[in-house]
Amino acid sequence: MTLGLINANPVVHAKKERVARTEDLHSDVDAAVDPLEIYDFVRDIRDPEHPYSLEQLSVLSEESITVDDKLGRILITFTPTIQHCSMATVIGLCLRVKLKQCFPPHYKVDIKVSPGSHADEESVNKQLNDKERVAAALENPNLRQLVDECLYSSEL
Amino acid sequence: MEGLKEIQKLEGHTDRVWSLAWNPLSGLDGAPLKLASCSGDKTVRIWEHKPSNSWECQAVLDDPHTRTVRSCAWSPSGKLLATASFDGTTAIFQDVGDDYECVSTLEGHENEVKSVSWNASGSLLATCGRDKTVWIWEVLPGNEFECVAVLQGHTQDVKMVQWHPTMELLFSCSYDNTVKIWADDGEDDNWVCVQTLAQSNSGHSSTVWALSFNATGDKMVTCSDDLTLKIWGTDNGKMLSSDGFAPWSHLCTVAGYHDRTIFSVHWSRDNIIATGAADDAIRFFVENNECDTLVDGPSYNLLLKKEKAHDMDINSVQWSPGENRLLASAADDGTIKIWELTSVSC
Repeated sequence: MTLGLINANPVVHAKKERVARTEDLHSDVDAAVDPLEIYDFVRDIRDPEHPYSLEQLSVLSEESITVDDKLGRILITFTPTIQHCSMATVIGLCLRVKLKQCFPPHYKVDIKVSPGSHADEESVNKQLNDKERVAAALENPNLRQLVDECLYSSEL
Repeated sequence: MEGLKEIQKLEGHTDRVWSLAWNPLSGLDGAPLKLASCSGDKTVRIWEHKPSNSWECQAVLDDPHTRTVRSCAWSPSGKLLATASFDGTTAIFQDVGDDYECVSTLEGHENEVKSVSWNASGSLLATCGRDKTVWIWEVLPGNEFECVAVLQGHTQDVKMVQWHPTMELLFSCSYDNTVKIWADDGEDDNWVCVQTLAQSNSGHSSTVWALSFNATGDKMVTCSDDLTLKIWGTDNGKMLSSDGFAPWSHLCTVAGYHDRTIFSVHWSRDNIIATGAADDAIRFFVENNECDTLVDGPSYNLLLKKEKAHDMDINSVQWSPGENRLLASAADDGTIKIWELTSVSC
């Protein structure tokens, strides 16, 4: 583990204005899933290293989410703040856990770093989408704690 | 016409079911069908087919694993059950009549153990895991197990190990996209890698999740995150006559049928290949007997596709040992289903 932060000087953006969303998203399981609904759930996830949200650091934006309702698939692409970000896998885990909490389980979720945004793009993408690796990582108490901090600190 | 009939849905696990194993004595000489399943809920369940014709859960083994139980395998005698866990250990359970007792715990892997397999005679056990190694254990009297080899060679997480059905060869497949074949070079427990099936020799281009042999052991099928199945073959006759190892070669790639990761593949005794995938479907493939195999090599056709066999990813498909064309499937939704493949004309 490195002692210093991976990226000590991230660029921070202002929070975007939010559109009020209606409650009770699970009421109609067959309704088309709106990418903006998904974005609302993930935009406030806190970055593992800095006290800012993934949205504020431009790791995520509205364009990050694409949904194929017919096939029941969600694709999220995120942009790590720097090319050699070792927190990319942690961010990926946070996204998976958050989505699992919010969405009908029959949607398939694929998570990738946006093309060109990471030096080990293929290798990071492979890890993020290996279901067995994700499951094992989430059973690791230290990693789980870090993920929980990223997900719940915004609610404090 | 062929169809896949759902016989029963087995519920009980409270997390995804990763793996299934039919007891090898199932259906033989009147013995009831018995199935073991293992889960993210850290337990192993034993299911038995009752005379009333329904399946019931006979036992829930909730010791000793402290994390996901990823894989399970019965010994050839049907009396021992080995279970591999993300907690880094492999447990050995013994059938003691009414219940199952944990008689041994194998430690050694540095992190998650992903698969366990017994050799044909039940004298050796193999395990593999995320630490990139494959371990071979010798089965000693009194339920003792001694590690006789730690095999290094894979460059990533090893997903599955499987012994060849008749020869003392161990196969492993990995996140490094390769399949490796290991053999004892004749000296005292000196196990070496005798072949690697990599992308350069027509191998997979992504994680290889599972492999399965045909009944005669001269063919093998592998399944992958690259969305294909690959069929491999060897010359059994050459293996038995000479004292060397006869290499395996790529025979055929089955592509275009799966659009998400194929997690499991199993070759039945009557030559039907079943697959379970991340698109919730079960598929069956058979060899195309009409084409000129000698010239073009074998090819495989889709016999049947069962969409939405489960509500979530299918992690394991296993044919039962008997004559009956029963298949068990296990999924992320925590359920297991028993199916019967009916009226197939091959």
